Amino acid sequence: MDITFSSDLSAYVAIADVTFIAFIAMTLAGGLVAILAKQLIHAVLGLIISLIGVAGLYAFLGNYFIASMQILIYVGAVSISMVFAVMLARPPEEVKQKSMRLATKIALGVIVGLFTAATVGSAVFAHRWSAAAKVTSGDTPVEIGIGLLTRNVLAFELISLVLLIAIIGSVVIAKRGRGTGKTVGGEEL
Amino acid sequence: MIQPTFFGNIEVYLLVALILLSFGLYGLISRPGLISMLISVELILNGAGLNFMAFNTFTAPDKTEGATFTLFVMGLAAAEAAITLSIAVAIYRRFRLITADNLSGMKD
Repeated sequence: MDITFSSDLSAYVAIADVTFIAFIAMTLAGGLVAILAKQLIHAVLGLIISLIGVAGLYAFLGNYFIASMQILIYVGAVSISMVFAVMLARPPEEVKQKSMRLATKIALGVIVGLFTAATVGSAVFAHRWSAAAKVTSGDTPVEIGIGLLTRNVLAFELISLVLLIAIIGSVVIAKRGRGTGKTVGGEEL
Repeated sequence: MIQPTFFGNIEVYLLVALILLSFGLYGLISRPGLISMLISVELILNGAGLNFMAFNTFTAPDKTEGATFTLFVMGLAAAEAAITLSIAVAIYRRFRLITADNLSGMKD
């Protein structure tokens, strides 16, 4: 798909390009903070920045519904539950763990990340991505909903089942460690 | 007719998704904590969703499939985050730490 605009819109296209670069910078900077931060809560905040940047990229791809869903589900639900978990389970002092294996782990992470980047990146540039003919016009929530209930109905129902199991399972798992409420000598059972 | 320099190319989106994947792999391997690993997994899943949307917009004939699957990825990520966070809280209650290195058994 070739995206072209008429020439009297050149100022707006330039502004849009700058905004696009800003969203990419948000995504990558947030991702860097998320994997390098010493404090766990800073990592969660970096993840939030990165997710908002990805939502902006979704908007640039022309799908505002997915962009708003990204903000609602990831930033609104997943990140907030992560913040709760960080506050409930006090994060370990990851910096204090100066074990010998930490350097090995970082080296391994660098190697794996760079290897993936090199292989997949060469594939990105080796292929000439060509557009296919458009069959449906819409990328609106209406079209997505029709697709969910006709072509993808099995996956849709399975996702709802998975979510139900995840809700029940997380309640059961998180409740188990809490004990029965009886105490013996001040120690909770 | 003019073409945008950056946001009209699929390669830019693919490279951003690739960098997110590499960041996620690095974090998944190098960080010891459970919640840090979960954050890295979220980065990887976001790269996957960005790939879905970019391929869908630029090369796929049907414009709704990529959005649908990105929604599925989001739902699965939410379920996975809920499970992982409750496991992390339960492990913290029992062992007072949430680093993956110290967890080797399923039952004590």
